[in-house]
Amino acid sequence: MLLKQLSVFLENKPGRITQVTKVLDEIGVNITAFNIADTSEFGILRMIVDNIDTALQALKAQGFSVRTTQVVGLVVPHQPGGMHQALEHVDKAGIEIEYMYAFAYNSKAAVIIKADDTQKLVDVLSGSGYHVLQEGELIQD
Amino acid sequence: MIWNEHAECMDREQLLKLQNERLRNMVSRLYYNVPFYRKKFQEAGIDPGDITGIHQLKDLPTTTKQDLRDNYPFGLFAVPQSEIVRLHASSGTTGKPTVGGYTRADLRTWSEVVARSLYAAGVDKNDVVHVSYGYGLFTGGLGIHQGAQKIGATVIPASGGNTKKQLQIMHDFGSTVLACTPSYALYLADTMKELGMDPSELKLRRGIFGAEPWTEEMRREIEAKLHLKALDIYGLTEVIGPGVAMECEHQKGLHIFEDHFIPEIVDPNTLQPVPHGQVGELLFTTVTKEGMPLLRYRTRDLTTMTVEKCACGRTLARLNKFLGRSDDMLIIRGVNVFPSQIESVLLEMSETEPHYQLIVDRVNNLDILEIRVEVNEAFFSDEIRQMENLAKKIKANIESVLGISAKIKLVEPKTIERSEGKAKRVIDLRKLVD
Repeated sequence: MLLKQLSVFLENKPGRITQVTKVLDEIGVNITAFNIADTSEFGILRMIVDNIDTALQALKAQGFSVRTTQVVGLVVPHQPGGMHQALEHVDKAGIEIEYMYAFAYNSKAAVIIKADDTQKLVDVLSGSGYHVLQEGELIQD
Repeated sequence: MIWNEHAECMDREQLLKLQNERLRNMVSRLYYNVPFYRKKFQEAGIDPGDITGIHQLKDLPTTTKQDLRDNYPFGLFAVPQSEIVRLHASSGTTGKPTVGGYTRADLRTWSEVVARSLYAAGVDKNDVVHVSYGYGLFTGGLGIHQGAQKIGATVIPASGGNTKKQLQIMHDFGSTVLACTPSYALYLADTMKELGMDPSELKLRRGIFGAEPWTEEMRREIEAKLHLKALDIYGLTEVIGPGVAMECEHQKGLHIFEDHFIPEIVDPNTLQPVPHGQVGELLFTTVTKEGMPLLRYRTRDLTTMTVEKCACGRTLARLNKFLGRSDDMLIIRGVNVFPSQIESVLLEMSETEPHYQLIVDRVNNLDILEIRVEVNEAFFSDEIRQMENLAKKIKANIESVLGISAKIKLVEPKTIERSEGKAKRVIDLRKLVD
């Protein structure tokens, strides 16, 4: 039920993101979701891709600091209060969210969530009837 | 003005006789009282009786900072601890400071050479001497203090920090002489400007600046901004502290008080004297020191020396501009920093690679140290908070070892330039020579 996310350490230098996307382009890896967290000194690029092992090897070979992290992909009901209600379940369970970012999934709204207890997050959300994305689901189209 | 005309304007032949006599005396004290030196003499097959004068210095063993570390803290003292009345230590060097032990006579010698230095700068008992060097283990504060007291000046033991208060005291107490590092002098000047204070509101007329290298350009800037004459003082804890050499009002090199500290300029590789006027490493033999006399102490400072009589009347040899170091030591805000110290901090932390680069710059007249550290792939986290905590931890560990703050910049792996497999550790962007 967990998704594998690719994270890349980047210095704040012009052209660094392009260098990552170039590597992925060359090996034909598709990016489904994408987010950058930045500080004044460095940034962390987070991505959900369709072929994570190939992407990981290719980026490592290019000298990038890269790792995989387990995250949760949640399909959010696309209506007012949809996000809020989902998060209330998370709060009630005492789960702390480290970060989250949104992306479009089959014209539905989805978010990637990284929590202190990712497995518990999956249990809580699926237990409350939410659609938690599986690894294969993102690849098909 | 000359404080001790007999010593400072002595005929050079007479000076040589005095130095020879003092060296003979020192060699026998070293041989009989300091096991470290006795061993070195024996290994070199030298009997203390063989030494008749300073022309033989080149045959004697040298002393390095590493020797001081190996014998930390009191191993090189030549008198029982009961005779030591004061301890000082230089700023953190590889975890262990360099210690200096002084007998009563050593403190008298020190006051004497600082008194001479102040007189050379045109300072006398009518002056109000504002000492902004740090007081404490550092020799700067107390060193200048004792000398200023000896000449009968009014001493303000301001020590470092609290710049606005310092300016107020300088203003209210009518300070005429400022003693501090040249970079702090410029910082004071900038603070004055910020406060809307005009230098003419102060009575400063002389500056006694040292403990770090500075350029002629900095001198002109300080002189223009503070309306005083800026003079260079040189010294190091191992030798005695400030007052080993001092510039006179002619600003034509620093007079070495050679009756106490015998200088040599040598080739750093062969340790043999270089031809007169050529650049080499400066060595000192502290012939009158009782507590911790050092033989041919390697300062690692590269410079040249002049022996001609100065227009001021002093016959003492003069040091010219310092041109760099024969080791990789950096002086940052008056603190000695070795890249190896930073490396050992990083090695002790499992989270980082020992690949780093030091970037030293001078921004608004203050030395800035930036340390670039390569992030270890195994530790790289995709959480910003953890990465920032790592940077904070490195910063705290570095600060506790170096005693100065540094900016930590995490960089991508393998981005620090490696030349022939070895990283280029230091980029010093400061301009130290005009």
